[in-house]
Amino acid sequence: MEKFITLQSKAIPLNIENVDTDQIIPARFLKATDRKGFGDNVFRDWRYHKDGTVNTGFVLNDSKYSGSILVAGDNFGCGSSREHAAWAITDYGFKVVVSSFFADIFKGNALNNGLLPIQVSKAFLSDLLQQIESNPQTVLTVNLENQTISVNESDLSEDFEIDAYKKTCLINGYDDIDYLLSKKTEIEAFEKQSV
Amino acid sequence: MSKKTLFDKVWDAHVVDSIENGPQILYIDKHLIHEVTSPQAFNELEDRGIPVYRPNQIVATADHNTPTLNQDQPIKDDLSRQQLEQLSINCKKNDITLYELGHQYNGIVHVMAPELGVTQPGMTMVCGDSHTSTHGAFGTIAFGIGTSQVAQVFASQCLLLKKPKSLRVSVNGKLKNGVLPKDVILFIISKLGTNSGTGYFCEYAGNVFEEMSMEGRMTVCNMSIEMGARGGMIAPDQTTFDYVKGRKFAPEGEDFEKKVAYWKTLPTDDGAKFDLEYSFNAEDIEPMITYGTNPGMGIKISENIPVDENPSFKKSLAYMDFEAGESLINKPINYVFIGSCTNSRIEDFRVAANYIKGKKKADNVTAWLVPGSKQVEAQIIEEGLKTVFEEAGFELRQPGCSACLAMNDDKIPQGEYCVSTSNRNFEGRQGQGSRTILASPLVAAATAVEGKIIDISKQLN
Repeated sequence: MEKFITLQSKAIPLNIENVDTDQIIPARFLKATDRKGFGDNVFRDWRYHKDGTVNTGFVLNDSKYSGSILVAGDNFGCGSSREHAAWAITDYGFKVVVSSFFADIFKGNALNNGLLPIQVSKAFLSDLLQQIESNPQTVLTVNLENQTISVNESDLSEDFEIDAYKKTCLINGYDDIDYLLSKKTEIEAFEKQSV
Repeated sequence: MSKKTLFDKVWDAHVVDSIENGPQILYIDKHLIHEVTSPQAFNELEDRGIPVYRPNQIVATADHNTPTLNQDQPIKDDLSRQQLEQLSINCKKNDITLYELGHQYNGIVHVMAPELGVTQPGMTMVCGDSHTSTHGAFGTIAFGIGTSQVAQVFASQCLLLKKPKSLRVSVNGKLKNGVLPKDVILFIISKLGTNSGTGYFCEYAGNVFEEMSMEGRMTVCNMSIEMGARGGMIAPDQTTFDYVKGRKFAPEGEDFEKKVAYWKTLPTDDGAKFDLEYSFNAEDIEPMITYGTNPGMGIKISENIPVDENPSFKKSLAYMDFEAGESLINKPINYVFIGSCTNSRIEDFRVAANYIKGKKKADNVTAWLVPGSKQVEAQIIEEGLKTVFEEAGFELRQPGCSACLAMNDDKIPQGEYCVSTSNRNFEGRQGQGSRTILASPLVAAATAVEGKIIDISKQLN
């Protein structure tokens, strides 16, 4: 897994609540047997009309916005457990998703793929969306070490929570398998004792 | 000794180790897999040279991507066929039991595991599928995981997890005529919202769940994830033990009695504390229906769509082409789907057949009845329900996830409404541009016969 320490980037505002994983990556694109290429179809049915033409009204197709931070409405990532959603978002180029609430499974999947889900207050999210929409050149700084997200050249800043173990994993690029394999003796002992 | 919940008891019995200020290592008894969320996990292990640690604790099935017609013939869609072939190769290579397409035990993962007795009380179970919560009906900690976690369980039979908070939803009283388990859970989600359960594991309690069949309990627990809860559980009782007894993988004889004695210790202790509690009266529940693009957007069939100025709410109604404040009664409907891991068990088809018997499907309606497994399909035929369906003009298909997520050819066309017994009404869930209305098998059957949404309570009374 790629390490994550700090990030400075512009952001894309996806001002919609309850974005579910069927929107992030529709089921018909889940037939691949590897992890690559899902970015082509991220938010497919919002990015393109059914006839394949580009939906110019959708924010990812709006050339004034760019960056590797996605700022989304409340309850992001609800629905299916498909990790393809996290793969699609990272494959498209995002490194951070900001929302006022994340669904559990999506959050775990994101962290397992070096994609940082940052949960902020509703008030901060609202200010952030407004700031980006009024000035698409706005640059944000995410500092995982200090657990802060801030808008450059402004007072807008907030601390965020992250599980200490997951923080260490992200900063060092470790994943859970490494840790679990190091605990094989304990796992075998547990199996013996529960029989 | 401190009072414990059902969830506490099962969780605590599976903790291998705890990381200070971090997650715990939770041992997983049973791991279910299917073709869509497992291939990348197998690849990961292979790339890293790690063997599958406990293949005999894994059970595989093909369900998401399978056709529901002509299952004896090669699958036409190349990608679907390759994904299923990959599953067969991976299972063979790693010595994992697979019930592939056409096998007498093949079926939707959350239908086949309980009916084979793989699912048992007090276990921990996972699957790369959010509706794994279904198995909680047995007093099992069962939840959906991502593919990285599938790889972790392959490698170590464990997961690193933080213990979720506890939530109890109680429903007491007497359910009205025509109110099914699906209505109970749709009602709960409509009251609590789609993220009310996030961060929690839910226990359903009260006489309504105690009096429910195992299949009804599975319908309820199945949709726990639709209110955000990782899983839902119901205390095991005599109904549970009777259901498990005699199934293929159930313990037998003295072993079974020993297990039952243990399972009887699992229900929540009197006075145990939950982090959050809700309670509802059974009398307040009526047949339900959804009008929007998340499962929390549900109303009683007799009610009108609420009025809300929230832009996401308005976007949702615009997608559905419904007006705030209108009633859904008499809306013409051209598609009906009875199936999915929520409602594709024999009791669901009995409810539908009982309503349909002696009636005819409306001409405008395309209705797909998709059993959850080969065993359910066989039972439908054995009980004569297939004849009832065919005489009424319904098509009984072969088992699979089908139009619940439309990965195969069972897609609802653009702009069409489908009254569906599945679990999600997200935009395009049943096919690009399709509009899903979630309901019980009874409401779905009535819609298919009438060709429009009707007030089923009025008709029954």
